[in-house]
Amino acid sequence: MSAAETTVPAFVRGTRLSHDRARDRWVVLAPEKLFVPDATALAVLRLVDGARSIGAMVDDLAARFDAPRAVIAADVLALVDDLIARKVLKP
Amino acid sequence: MNGPLSLLAELTHRCPLRCPYCSNPVALERREGELDTAEWRDVLGQAAALGVLHVHFSGGEPMARPDLPELVRHASGLGLYTNLITSGVLMDGMRLAALAEAGLDHVQLSFQDVAPAEADRIGGYRGGHAAKLRAAALIRAADLPLTFNFVVHRQNCARIGAMIDFAAGEGANRVEIAHTQYHGWAERNRDALLPDRVQLEAADRAVAEARVRHGDRLAIDYVTPDYHADEPKPCMGGWGRRFLNVAPDGSALPCHAAQTLPGLRFPSVREQSLAEIWFRSEAFGRFRGVDWMPETCRGCARREIDHGGCRCQALALAGDAAAMDPVCGRSPHRPAVDAILAGRPVTAPDLIYRRH
Repeated sequence: MSAAETTVPAFVRGTRLSHDRARDRWVVLAPEKLFVPDATALAVLRLVDGARSIGAMVDDLAARFDAPRAVIAADVLALVDDLIARKVLKP
Repeated sequence: MNGPLSLLAELTHRCPLRCPYCSNPVALERREGELDTAEWRDVLGQAAALGVLHVHFSGGEPMARPDLPELVRHASGLGLYTNLITSGVLMDGMRLAALAEAGLDHVQLSFQDVAPAEADRIGGYRGGHAAKLRAAALIRAADLPLTFNFVVHRQNCARIGAMIDFAAGEGANRVEIAHTQYHGWAERNRDALLPDRVQLEAADRAVAEARVRHGDRLAIDYVTPDYHADEPKPCMGGWGRRFLNVAPDGSALPCHAAQTLPGLRFPSVREQSLAEIWFRSEAFGRFRGVDWMPETCRGCARREIDHGGCRCQALALAGDAAAMDPVCGRSPHRPAVDAILAGRPVTAPDLIYRRH
């Protein structure tokens, strides 16, 4: 099932976004692994709080970035789908 | 040079189980010699400042330490990702609640087999398997992410497919199937544990089939045995590169088995800061990077992939910690590995159990 604008994504239990102070970067921490999100993924992941819908996240990003809302929405939906498949987020 | 990413905090060597494949040293640290709570809190603080992101509380059985929840809480407060590596036999509802409340992120629960009687035989602990099942139920009820870990060898590897199905059925999110590494106590039991090539191929197949069967519902990590391979494993992701181990007595090690290496003095966190140890000690610098490598390794395309393989294995099988990993097909010491494989007895000798 694909994510929709009404989907409220949350981090899977045991997975979280964390600031790596020593290396001045953000990382996603999970059991026995970590990965470094790119700038786009990071902008989205920082809005994931288990309460905000994808639609609200898109509104927030559209207000901050100079791109059409529809383009941002498509990017965010694809990204969230990917992060769900990778077991970082759950719908 | 970067700080370490991961800290293995070996809180104690004490353990109710007596597994013949234990990779802890033959001579175990006694309770009196263990770092105390304040010392561990300090180690955790230094580790976080140095750049550690994951802390693995291990042992022995870390739940033998009554201060485990306090240490988890401290680590969690420092922003560290906290993982408990446990046999589960000391787990009960109250202890788990205290750990969950302290901010524990993840539990890795060990199983010795999927067949209960065999599991108890290998662990040398009657009722252990049933206790682990109760622990798994508690962990699942607390909604903590759970990994099952199976150490596999010639006496249980026929059941790898069943182990993976069992992990899925008991609600694990992830399962590790790890072939035995012959370090520490396990080296004594090598003939009793080493699979032959036919068993190994069946094991590889069982894992591949389970991956198809379970799809993305279950993460399956498979640690292959390297005696049968001809390229060494990237042991610890490279010496002194990502990984820091602190033993129960405070010795800081680049890997869990490094204390077997002669001629190296591993500094204690009781004498030096973790930063001094990581960046400036002779022990952590000894096999870091590529300069220490034998000629063949330095010129090898895989030198940044396997980092020269395992130093403890080089010592154990070639008698020289600085030699090429004897598993490597290009190592002059490869015949030592082939001799072990060829000399493997058809009938497994009796297991030699740990005593604590």
